Amino acid sequence: MSAAVHAAALPLSPRTRPAMQVSESSAFVEMTGVTKHYAGVTALDGVDFTVHPGEAICLAGENGSGKSTLIKILSGVEQASEGEIRIGGEVMTGLSPRDATAAGVLVIFQDFSLFPNLSVAENIAFANELTEGRMIFSRRHARAVARRVLDRIGVDIPLNARLEALPVAHKQLVAICRALACEARLIIMDEPTTALTGKEVAALLDIIRLLKEQGVAVIFVSHKLAEVLAVSERVVVLRNGKKVAEGDATEFDAASLTRHMTGRDVAEASPGAFAGSGETLLAVENLQKDGSFRDISFSMQTGEVLGITGLLGSGRTSLAKALFGLVTPESGRIVVDGAEVPLGDPIASAEARIGYVPEDRLTEGLFLTQSILRNVAVGRLAEHERNGFLHMRGLVDEASDWLKRLNVKTPAITAPVQSLSGGNQQRVALARWMSRAPRLLILNGPSVGVDVGSKADIHDIIRDLGHQGLGVIVISDDLPELLATCHRILVMKGGAITDEFAGGTITEDALSQKLAS
Amino acid sequence: MSGSGSRTEQSLTQAPEFRLAIIAVLVFALMAVMSPDRFLSGQNLTSMAFQFPEFAILALAMTITMTTGGIDLSVVGVANLSAVIAATILTSLVGPEAAGAAAFMWLAVALVASLAVGAAAGFFNGILVSRLGLPPILATLGSGLVFTGFAVAMTGGSAVMGFPDIVAVIGNATIWEIPVPLILFAILAIALHILLTRTGFGLRVTMYGANPLAALYAGIDIDRILLRVYVIAGMFSSVAGMVIMSRANSAKADYGSSYLLLAVLIAVLGGVNPYGGYGRVVGVVLAVLSMQFLSSGLNMLQVSNFARELIWGALLLLVMVINTTNWAGLSARPTSRPRPAEREDTT
Amino acid sequence: MTGRWKEVLTRNETLVALVILLFCIVASISDPNFFTVTTLSDLLRASIVLGILAIGCMLVLISGGIDVSFTAVAVSAMYMTTKLSLAVWPEMPWPLIFTLSIGFGALLGAINGVFIAIFGLPTLIVTLGTLSVFRGFLLTFVGSDRISALPPDMREFSRMMIARGTTEGGDFYALPWSLAALAIVILLTAFILHKTMLGRSIFALGGSLESARRLGIDVRRTQFFVYVYVGALAGLAGILHGSMGRMADPFSLVGLELSVIAAVVLGGARLIGGYGTITGTLLGVALIVLVQNSLIVIGIPSTWQSVTIGALILLGTGLPAYQAKRAAARAG
Repeated sequence: MSAAVHAAALPLSPRTRPAMQVSESSAFVEMTGVTKHYAGVTALDGVDFTVHPGEAICLAGENGSGKSTLIKILSGVEQASEGEIRIGGEVMTGLSPRDATAAGVLVIFQDFSLFPNLSVAENIAFANELTEGRMIFSRRHARAVARRVLDRIGVDIPLNARLEALPVAHKQLVAICRALACEARLIIMDEPTTALTGKEVAALLDIIRLLKEQGVAVIFVSHKLAEVLAVSERVVVLRNGKKVAEGDATEFDAASLTRHMTGRDVAEASPGAFAGSGETLLAVENLQKDGSFRDISFSMQTGEVLGITGLLGSGRTSLAKALFGLVTPESGRIVVDGAEVPLGDPIASAEARIGYVPEDRLTEGLFLTQSILRNVAVGRLAEHERNGFLHMRGLVDEASDWLKRLNVKTPAITAPVQSLSGGNQQRVALARWMSRAPRLLILNGPSVGVDVGSKADIHDIIRDLGHQGLGVIVISDDLPELLATCHRILVMKGGAITDEFAGGTITEDALSQKLAS
Repeated sequence: MSGSGSRTEQSLTQAPEFRLAIIAVLVFALMAVMSPDRFLSGQNLTSMAFQFPEFAILALAMTITMTTGGIDLSVVGVANLSAVIAATILTSLVGPEAAGAAAFMWLAVALVASLAVGAAAGFFNGILVSRLGLPPILATLGSGLVFTGFAVAMTGGSAVMGFPDIVAVIGNATIWEIPVPLILFAILAIALHILLTRTGFGLRVTMYGANPLAALYAGIDIDRILLRVYVIAGMFSSVAGMVIMSRANSAKADYGSSYLLLAVLIAVLGGVNPYGGYGRVVGVVLAVLSMQFLSSGLNMLQVSNFARELIWGALLLLVMVINTTNWAGLSARPTSRPRPAEREDTT
Repeated sequence: MTGRWKEVLTRNETLVALVILLFCIVASISDPNFFTVTTLSDLLRASIVLGILAIGCMLVLISGGIDVSFTAVAVSAMYMTTKLSLAVWPEMPWPLIFTLSIGFGALLGAINGVFIAIFGLPTLIVTLGTLSVFRGFLLTFVGSDRISALPPDMREFSRMMIARGTTEGGDFYALPWSLAALAIVILLTAFILHKTMLGRSIFALGGSLESARRLGIDVRRTQFFVYVYVGALAGLAGILHGSMGRMADPFSLVGLELSVIAAVVLGGARLIGGYGTITGTLLGVALIVLVQNSLIVIGIPSTWQSVTIGALILLGTGLPAYQAKRAAARAG
């Protein structure tokens, strides 16, 4: 072992070393028995993990599986409680973010961590100039560094442009270039495809291939990996802090990945096509917003669960927000129960008994520092108000009742909602809207960041909502989820609805092909 | 809902208000021990009750804006502008010799005018913050200058005086031995307490302060909430302006310039979170009491106004350090509020 | 109109420059004596202290904070230096006097830095607190008398002129050496902001604090530097103020902070951090100085000065804020 390590410590010549032929001993990163405890919780439990130069690895796992902890340890943000980390053959003790960067391990966060107010050149060169320990900043040097890296991946972005003016895909490229400017030998990409359109994903994958040829290793961290599977050599799946599967990328497909991630074999059964209630609940006519979506028309009946899917950038989130008045379409009509709802007015939408549970619970959905009770009750203030004064007893009783009905597990409903697990948090958000007796409930990513058990429960709740005669729109890129809950699925691409399937008439693979095509 | 449920759940001793109550008692005891005959004299206690309502009312105005995560730096400007306008009515339309029913009526007119000025000024602030999206710090900094500027322009910078005697009632009279300013403060404090804890509006204010974006997504009319918050702050400020005017028996554009710091200090001392989402009137009242005991003690020690400014500033810093520092993990990153999400660009 | 031109035209700098131009035109029409060398040199002199303070304040805004205590720092540094010099060595040469004042300023700035960078407290509340602490300390422990018998070298400095004289038309003008101090501050700050990694880190901090942390920028050290530097500039501005006014007045300067902040936000610096230019700030200073000195010339009584400055703050922050809000609404 130690001899092999010494060999690895020698400078590698990655360009001449094809990725598939690397032997075990030449690993760039070697983590053995890495364990991490947080205040009594074991986030990571004896995980072995290796990365070879020029290799792309999918690190898969649901939220809470330990994948972000692993990344944090590898990038020096957190320290492992036990285990050994070798980078380039060298044992790293007390790894700091700076050490990791110096060793060539760079993380591209989901939000890219760029500076909106600085130029492209500076964003790319900043980290490099910093690690070089420069005191003096030279615009010319920064531009040269940036130009060199951009050329290396064959991309042209105006160097003087302010970052905030760039589209998301370009921001991501800038983030990649910044890593490359620091002589990255391993780039860790957190949810890399989330914000990209299909075309942009393809362009990104081309660049990844190029980087691999140049000897740079890549780790994709994601809960949704079908898109990056094509360029990956290896897949590592974590669940509950343990490595549960590892193998050649060719051995996995979207379905088996999901199975490993969730630990469940059987997919939930589809509710089948909608029998029809004969009562039109929602009619959307020619809804249009420049740059987001166009010519959207569909209708749904009471009791129907409608899925809307599409890659990010397909306009699905904008459409969902537009239905609740958070985005103002330029033209079109939204009719609920025969009455037109004013566009771009969330208050009027709420009055029309439309509910919207946002995707990002932490920043959009919940009031984290406030009590669980308040988070539910805030939806029903108007109904419990007499001349402005709240009828406290009624409000508390009603909210507690909803929390009970949705099976929110908590020792005290007066505890801050941030003390709950992801699944319970989502139930609190649902309880708020359900207590308002909505006619139409729009759920954006209802099970994002929710543990496996709660996910099934939330799906039960969604199906049950349909049975109660509500209209439910589920916006998601989690295809098994859509198949398990929806009577009908609309596929969006480039801002338009391109396909429509009745429940039970399409398989997950077929649907994912429709999405990517 | 802390009004009904959380207090029973949360151990009383953990509440910041409990800590404050202890501080207030300690300061009171300290002063009483240091100078029992003077501090505990009825005269001293009464004079304290006359002194603190001016800035305490401003602190209430600060409290409600801070609960939304904002701040109102224009409170003193509003107070002085409304006082100047009321004073102008009382001097130019009435004059010092007025008495009886006529004087009372004119006083009422002046009070209404002053409240209207406060409401209008608050409405202006509210529009700047909610509709135009200005950061509250700069919006109220600028508007405060404008309000003060109007007061200067109206008076040429000099004091307006010569009121009917009845004006003194607001600041100097007592009802059943209780000073009128104290009564005014008590009414406003109780009203604000009820507003924040017992009304839908109050709960929405707190929720907005905790997470403005979630408030929008929960279907709360956030523009209207902000507008009302600043209008209330403006009207409270104008009441403070009336008390100041009555006690000084004049109105001037630059009265009470140290009150802005005091108002912020009291609100922060009272446990109001400057980032929004938490603020209790009980805490603010306890903070006011501690401050007044201390201030009164400093008076007896004949501490100068300048030294007092020094002490207030130091106290503000100390309280902030104690409130926000995680002493166990001082080496960890400072507790700063995350910026509003920077990744708003997902379609 | 192409995007680039539109961008240039809607920039704060352009708008402020246009307002200044308009102001001058109206002023020259209503008072033919306005546009003379005398007025110009008077206005320039009046800009020195305000300009130095504004540049410091701009740095704080770029870093994502706000400072309202710098006037207290300025007056404390100036008064303490004067007292010290008079007590210890009245003949102290002016370079030493200046160094002392800058040092005192930096020290007081460091106190802000401790609370903001180490304890991570909100900048507005910290500097509101230190404003009172510094001023209270000064007036309680250092002194509260106006001193007109300054150290001789301090008075001497204010008499040193780059140029003075009378034009052929009979207009008197004088450009003191203190103007060079402003020039040095401008050059030094421009160098730090644009040519050093420290300066770029200040911009980065204002752009995104979290990103700066993740990238390995020493956030605390950078913030600490900002407040020390601002303190040092305030110390310089204070001693210039005392020297030019030939009086050490412990009650002066405080209250000026709002005008300075007005100048800076007019120049395009934003409270959210990351944005601000020296050109813009200087234009903002020019406009504020015009308003403070020549409002009467364009027919507005000088009692309306506060209203005007307040309105300028609201306009300076309101326009970009409103534009940003509109843009966000369009983007959905």
